[in-house]
Amino acid sequence: MALHGMRGLSIFISDIRNCQNKEQERLRVDKELGNIRNRFKKEKGLTPYDKKKYVWKMLYIYMLGYDVDFGHMEAVSLISAPKYPEKQVGYIVTSCLLNENHDFLRLAINTVRNDIIGRNETSQCLALTLVGNIGGREFAESLAPDVQKLILSSSCRPLVRKKAALCLLRLFRKNPDVVNVEGWADRMAQLLDERDLGVLTASMSLLVSLVSNNHEAYWTCLPKCVKILERLARNQDVPQEYTYYGIPSPWLQVKTMRALQYFPTVEDPNTRRTLFEVLQRILMGTDVVKNVNKNNASHAVLFEALALVMHLDAEKEMMSQCVALLGKFIAVREPNIRYLGLENMTRMLIVADVQEIIKRHQAQIITSLKDPDISICRRALDLLYGMCDVTNAKDIVEELLQYLSSADFTMREELSLKAAILAEKFAPDLSWYVDVILQLIEKAGDFISDDIWFRVVQFVTNNDDLQPYAAAKAKEYLDKPAVHEKMVKVCAYILGEYSHLLARRPGFSPKEIFSIIHEKLPTVRTTAIPILLSAYAKILMHTQPPDQVLKNQIWAIFTKYESCIDAEIQQRAVEYFALSRKGADLMDILAEMPKFPERQSSLIKKAEDAEGDTAEQSAIKLRAQQQPSNALVVSDHHPANGAPPPISVGHLTVVKAPNVNDTEDHNSTEQAPSQENGNISKVDPQTPSADLLSDLLGPLAIEGPPGAAVQYEHNAAPGLDGGPDAVDGLAIVPVAVETNTIQPIVNIAERFRALCLKDSGVLYEDSYIQIGIKAEWRAHHGRLVLFLGNKNTSPLISVQALILPPAHLKMELSLVPDTIPPRAQVQCPLEVVNLQPSRDIAVLEFSYMFETNMVNVKLPLPAVLNKFLQPISVSAEEFFPQWRSLAGPPLKLQEVVRGVRPMALPEMANLLHSFGLMISQGLDPNPNNLVASTTFSSDKTRGMLCLVRIETDPADRTQLRMTLASGDPTLTFELKEFIKEQLVSIPTVHQAAPPAVPAAPPTPPIPSNDPAALLAGLLS
Amino acid sequence: MIHFVLLISRQGKVRLTKWYSPYSQKERTKVIRELGGVILSRGPKLCNFVDWRGFKVVYKRYASLYFCMCIDQDDNELEVLEIIHHFVEILDRYFGSVCELDLIFNFHKAYYILDELLLAGELQESSKKTVARLIAAQDSLVETAKEQASSISNIIAQATK
Repeated sequence: MALHGMRGLSIFISDIRNCQNKEQERLRVDKELGNIRNRFKKEKGLTPYDKKKYVWKMLYIYMLGYDVDFGHMEAVSLISAPKYPEKQVGYIVTSCLLNENHDFLRLAINTVRNDIIGRNETSQCLALTLVGNIGGREFAESLAPDVQKLILSSSCRPLVRKKAALCLLRLFRKNPDVVNVEGWADRMAQLLDERDLGVLTASMSLLVSLVSNNHEAYWTCLPKCVKILERLARNQDVPQEYTYYGIPSPWLQVKTMRALQYFPTVEDPNTRRTLFEVLQRILMGTDVVKNVNKNNASHAVLFEALALVMHLDAEKEMMSQCVALLGKFIAVREPNIRYLGLENMTRMLIVADVQEIIKRHQAQIITSLKDPDISICRRALDLLYGMCDVTNAKDIVEELLQYLSSADFTMREELSLKAAILAEKFAPDLSWYVDVILQLIEKAGDFISDDIWFRVVQFVTNNDDLQPYAAAKAKEYLDKPAVHEKMVKVCAYILGEYSHLLARRPGFSPKEIFSIIHEKLPTVRTTAIPILLSAYAKILMHTQPPDQVLKNQIWAIFTKYESCIDAEIQQRAVEYFALSRKGADLMDILAEMPKFPERQSSLIKKAEDAEGDTAEQSAIKLRAQQQPSNALVVSDHHPANGAPPPISVGHLTVVKAPNVNDTEDHNSTEQAPSQENGNISKVDPQTPSADLLSDLLGPLAIEGPPGAAVQYEHNAAPGLDGGPDAVDGLAIVPVAVETNTIQPIVNIAERFRALCLKDSGVLYEDSYIQIGIKAEWRAHHGRLVLFLGNKNTSPLISVQALILPPAHLKMELSLVPDTIPPRAQVQCPLEVVNLQPSRDIAVLEFSYMFETNMVNVKLPLPAVLNKFLQPISVSAEEFFPQWRSLAGPPLKLQEVVRGVRPMALPEMANLLHSFGLMISQGLDPNPNNLVASTTFSSDKTRGMLCLVRIETDPADRTQLRMTLASGDPTLTFELKEFIKEQLVSIPTVHQAAPPAVPAAPPTPPIPSNDPAALLAGLLS
Repeated sequence: MIHFVLLISRQGKVRLTKWYSPYSQKERTKVIRELGGVILSRGPKLCNFVDWRGFKVVYKRYASLYFCMCIDQDDNELEVLEIIHHFVEILDRYFGSVCELDLIFNFHKAYYILDELLLAGELQESSKKTVARLIAAQDSLVETAKEQASSISNIIAQATK
C-alpha cells in the first residue's frame, strides 16, 4: 500500500476532527495559519518536505471554508521545483486554490509551458492537467499550438495525448479562435481513428465542443462517429477494461451520439442506414436489469439515443417507438427513470408533433406532479405546461391550482406563474380566467408576482361584459375572513372601478362596498393604502345621489391621511379630498379607466434565471428551440400603436390610481397596468423606462452606423476634412469594410423555402448569431417566436429588428433587447394577423454589431399565404353544388399554365398537400385530374372554402389547366397565382434564386387514349 | 460539462471540492452551503438529480458521504451518475474498501485520483485499470524520490547546508 502519509498533516487533521465545536476549530486553524505564515516568512530553513506539508495544510484549511490569503506564491513556486514530489504537490494545490482569474497564475505560465514542451512525460501530464482544469484566456493564447502538437504527436503515449485533447478543449472554450478550423478539421477526423479508447473518449469530448460551435467544418467526422458507435453498440468490439458492467464504454457511446446531434442531418444513405440500425438496436435492446449501475449505464445510452432520434426526426415509426418508451418510463417506480422520462417527453414536445399521443398520459403525469420528490414535480410541471392547449387547459390548470396548497414552498412561485400563463393563454371564457387568478391569489398570495394581478385588471378593464362578474367575485373574496394583501389590492381596485355596475344588487350599495374594503385597511401595509384611497374616491364619485354620511366618513379618512408620512399616501389623500369637493368636475377626472392597448401577456417573461452562461450551447438550443421550463425568457412588450406611454407625474396621478404606487411598489416600470394606459392623459410624454428609451432610440442608433459608414467610405479617400472627422473616418472605414465580411452560413432563400413548409427551424445563421423561428397558426392568426441566439462569448450589441409587413398582414413584434448576452438566447414573439389574401412577403430587417462588425440582413419571413390554409375534406355532395354556384370570373378563374415543372401526379398531389390543400380522391372521374379543397382564413374573408381542380395532360407534363373557385375574387386570384408559382418552378423569393431548371426525373408519359378530351372541362 | 465536484459528509462537512468553472472563494463557500442544504435534506428514495440555479446536480450517497457533480441542463444525467460510481470504485480499489476516514486523512490522494479521472470537467479515463496503473506509477515516483532523499549522502548534504 502506497499510503505514505505526512505525519504533521495527519496530526493536524486529527486535531481538527477532535474539535468539539466550530469555535475550537477556528482557533486551531488560526494557530496553524499563523504557524505556516511564520515558517514561510523565514524561508531559509524550509525543506521541500516542509513546504509540501504546509501547502497541503493550506489546501485542507481552504477546503474547510476558511480564507487562505497568503502562501499562494509558495504553492505556485513549487511548480518549478526540480523533483517530482514537490512539483506534483505544487501543481495540484495551485489548481485547487486558484481559479483562472488569479494573478499569480500568470507567473506560472512560462514554467508550465516549459513543462509542456519538455521531454519529461510526468511533468507534461502535470502541466496539462493544470491548464486543462484552470487555464484561462492567456493560457489559451500562449499554449494552444503546443498542446495541439502533443495531441497528434506519434511519440507521445496515450496518457499524454488524452490529457492534451481535454486541455485543448478547455482552451477552446476559453477562446474559440485558438483552434483554426481549416487546419484542425482534418486532424480531428484523423483523431477519431484512434484505437486507444482513453484518447478516443477525450477526443470525442473535444469534438462535441467543436461541432457545437461549427458543425459544417467537421462534416468528415460524421461518418467516423457513426462507425465508432457501430463498433461499440453493435460489434461490442472493445477491450475488456473499457467495458462497464458489461457495456462497451457507455460514456463514449453517449458522447458520440451527442456529437451527432450537432449535425443537422445525416445525408449519406448508407451512413444513415447504419446509424438507424444501431439506434434501433439501442432503443429495442435495452432491458431493465437488477444491477443498478448496469441499468443506469444502459439507460444513459438509451436516453442519448432517444435524443438523437428526436433530432434526426426519423421516420414516424421510430418516433412513435420513442413515445411508447417514454410512456413506459413515466409510469415506472424507479425515480431516476421517471424523472428522465418526463424530461425527455417535454423535449420531444418541442421537436415533434406528438402532443396528441402525450396527452394520453396526462393522468400519469399529474400523478408525478404530486410526487414527494420535488425534482420529479418540477419535470412534471414543465411537461404539463408544455403539453397544455385549449382542449386540456381547464383540467391542467385546475390540477395546478389544487396542488398549489400542498406544493413545496420553493415551487409555488413557478407553479402559480405557469398556472396564470396557461389560464390566460387557453381560457375558454374570461370569467374562468378571472376565477383562476383570484383563486391563485387566495391560495398563494405570497408567491404571486404583481404582474399577475396587473394582468387580470387589464383583462377586466378591456372587457365590459366581464366587469360586473369580476366585481361580484371581488366582493365574494373580500367577504372572507382572512384576506391576503394582494387580494385586497386587486379587489379594492376592481370594486372601486366597477362595483357601481352592480349597485342595485343587495350588498353592493356604495356604503356596503366601502365598509368591506375599509375593514381591510388595518390589515394591509402602506403600499396598499393608495389603492384603497383611490377606491374610496371612486366609490364616492359613483354614489348617486350623494350620501352625506358616506361622504363624511371618507373625507375623515382623507383628512386623517393628509399628514401621513408616506408621501404617496399623503398626496393622494390631499388631492382626493380637494377633488371630491369640486362636485361634477370629479366625474371627468375620476372617470373609469380607459381600455388598455391590446398587447401580449406581460406574464410570459423571465420566470427563472436564464441558464448559466458557462453552458455550452446545447444541441437542442442549436435547433432554436427551448424547453418550456426555460422558455419564459421574453422581453417586455410595448403597446401596439407604439405610442410612448406617458408617465404620469405631479398632480395628475390621481387619475390613474395604481400607477405611482406600482412604481414605488417594486421600483420598476414593467407591466404596471396603468402605465400603458396613460395615453389619454395630457401629461408631457416623458419616456418612462429604459426599455422604451431603447425602443425609441434604437432605430436611430442602427440606422446611424451603416449610413455613416458608407459616407465615410466615400469621403475617407480625400481625407481632407481634417480634425476629428478624419480620425473618425479612419476608424470607421474598416467597419464599413467588415460589414460585408460576415457571411451567412446558411442559404437564406433555401431556409425560407424550407420554413414555408414547416413551422420551426433556422431562419438565418452566421458565425455570430443564429435566428430560429417557431410558428403556430390558428385560422388567420399566427404567432411566431424568433429565437435570437448569440453563439459567442461576447455580447452582441445594437441588436435591431424591424418588420416590414406587406399591406395584408398586421404584424407586431415584441421588443427586441438591444444586447444579447454571451451564449444567451432571447425569444421575441411576433404576432401576425392576416387581413386579406395576398402573396406578398413580410421582411425582417435585422442588424447587430459584434465588436466592430456591423451586420445587416433582410430576411423574408415565412408568413406566407399557405400558412393560412387549412386542409378540409369535401364530399361530392358538398363539392358540386359549391362548384356550380361559384360560376365564372371573378369568383372562378381558369388558366392554362405552361412551363410546368414535370412531375408525376402523386408528386403533384404531395406538393399541393404540403401547402395545405386536401386532395379529394375520386371526385373527378378522370385519373389525370386532381381536385382539392382547403379553407383560407383572413380577417376579411374569415374561413373561406376554396376549391381547386387541376387537369393534366399525361402526354405533355409541362402544361396543365387549373380552375380555382372561392367566394372572394381576390382570394381566387391570389391562390391561383400562388399555386401556379409552386408548380412552375421551385418557389423562389424575390427572384433571389434563378428560376429552377426542371430537374425532376423524367416521368415516362402515361399512355392515354384521348389526351385531348382529358382537357375538356367536365364539371364546369 | 461538470462544473464542480463536491464531497460532503452527512453532517455537512466538506471532504473534497474541485472546481472546473471559475468560482471565487466567496461563491465557492456559498455554493457549498446552499447545495449542502438542498442535498442533505433529501429523503432516501428520491431521484439522484436536483435542479439548482439553472444547472443540475447529480448526487449519490455512499455510506456517510454524498458525492455531487454539477452539470449543465442538457447533459446526460445518468452518464454522470455513473461517473460518480466509477470514481467510487476506483477509490475503493486504491484504498481497499474505502471509507470516509480514508478520504479525510488522504484527501491529497483523492485529488490525485480525481485528476486522472476527470479533466476540464470531462471524463478523462473510463478504464479503472488504467487509472490504477497511473496512480501506482506516480506513487512509485514519489517513493523513489523519498528514498533518494533519505540516503546517507543526502542527509549529510542537508546537515551541512
